[in-house]
Amino acid sequence: MIRIVLPAHLRTLARVDSEVTFDIPSPVTQRAILDALEARYPMLRGAIREHGTLKRRAFVRFFACEQDLSHESPDTPLPDAVATGAEPLLIVGAMAGG
Amino acid sequence: MGAVPSQGIARRSESAVASQTSSWFGQVIQRSDDGGTTWDPPGTKPEDLMGPDGMPKGESNMFLYNGSAETGQPLTTHQHYDGTQRPWEFKRVWHLEPSLTDPDTVYAGAEDAALFKSVDGGATWKELAGLRSAKGQLWQPGAGGMCLHTILLDKSHPDRIFVAISAAGTFRSDDAGETWKPTNKGLVSKYELPDPDAEVGHCVHCITVHPSRPNVLFMQKHWDVMRSDDAGESWHEISGNLPSDFGFPIAVHAHEPNTVYAVPIKSDSEHYPPDGKLRVYRSRTGGNEWEPLTKGLPQQDCYVNILRDAMAVDSLDPCGIYFGTTGGQVYASADAGDSWMPIVRDLPPVLSVEVQALP
Repeated sequence: MIRIVLPAHLRTLARVDSEVTFDIPSPVTQRAILDALEARYPMLRGAIREHGTLKRRAFVRFFACEQDLSHESPDTPLPDAVATGAEPLLIVGAMAGG
Repeated sequence: MGAVPSQGIARRSESAVASQTSSWFGQVIQRSDDGGTTWDPPGTKPEDLMGPDGMPKGESNMFLYNGSAETGQPLTTHQHYDGTQRPWEFKRVWHLEPSLTDPDTVYAGAEDAALFKSVDGGATWKELAGLRSAKGQLWQPGAGGMCLHTILLDKSHPDRIFVAISAAGTFRSDDAGETWKPTNKGLVSKYELPDPDAEVGHCVHCITVHPSRPNVLFMQKHWDVMRSDDAGESWHEISGNLPSDFGFPIAVHAHEPNTVYAVPIKSDSEHYPPDGKLRVYRSRTGGNEWEPLTKGLPQQDCYVNILRDAMAVDSLDPCGIYFGTTGGQVYASADAGDSWMPIVRDLPPVLSVEVQALP
């Protein structure tokens, strides 16, 4: 199972308390994860990715395995540890946005 | 999203819609149908509006400018501070105004200035693009951005809509928002607009109207308090004896159409009350003659501002008046302004105040 950690405000918006988990077939990419996340929690549409372009919002970052994956292509496979659920994908509001 | 400031909240009966934005997560619209106890983004529950894949569409925060040919005059740029043209870009919703007759119809004023309408309780939004055809290429941002901040609806003229934009001016539609005309004749902005007869480009901060006199409007402009007696066709100044004619909000008494409230601040570069004294001014003559209202308000060392959407009146008798400050206080008067008391302190800067009288 893929594990995703949302920032506090989006947990409130989506009404979840902790990590959210999904069963996503290979390849596990940013796009696949966000498609699943927004399908289950449509109130998050536009909050992580821009409407229409689906580009990552400027002050949102993606981290996993101690790496910043924000500038990776959304179709690049994520690290194996994320795909196996050993590590979560962290969606983080950038400090610059505060 | 508890830490995100609300920028527009509007109430009719038990329902309310609220606008929240943040630089992280953008625009969020939320709706309450139980008097504000619980909130949800409209259109995101399983039983709501569905897309072709069977999932809720979740488009309550999607505001797309309509530049299609069907609007007649699609516009893609507006003026910037430096005189260049910039593309229209959605930043946030500044104001929400529910319909006076339909609980599922809501209007939204946005930055970059545009008017949007929802007919499904805020689940989806469509631009009334005819507005930007009213010389939109000459509109420009004020210091706070190019924002459509005030929307006035009229029960006696159901197809009439007034909007106010910084810095473009006021505009009126008489066909439910399809077509618009600038209504700024008589506004003077000699320091901001070199052309004394400029039809658009004025920085209007707020307009208000009493429902019993739909053709009489009051305006707080970037300098000058103004009045129109002909539905915006012309304006004249009513600043009179105010200590400063700069300010943001303006309100009219719920039962006295000629009683108007303003909150002067020192100047365009000093957004705090003159002499550090927080005073609401009331005119019982429709302008020109103003009296300071000070009882219960701080009269020294007070350097807060009151933003354009942060003042409201209720429908009770006597009329209650409320305003919030950038210092995080909300003051209320139960006697039409004769006396005031703080009802909450230590909030973040108050952007918007709305009032609902519950049974």
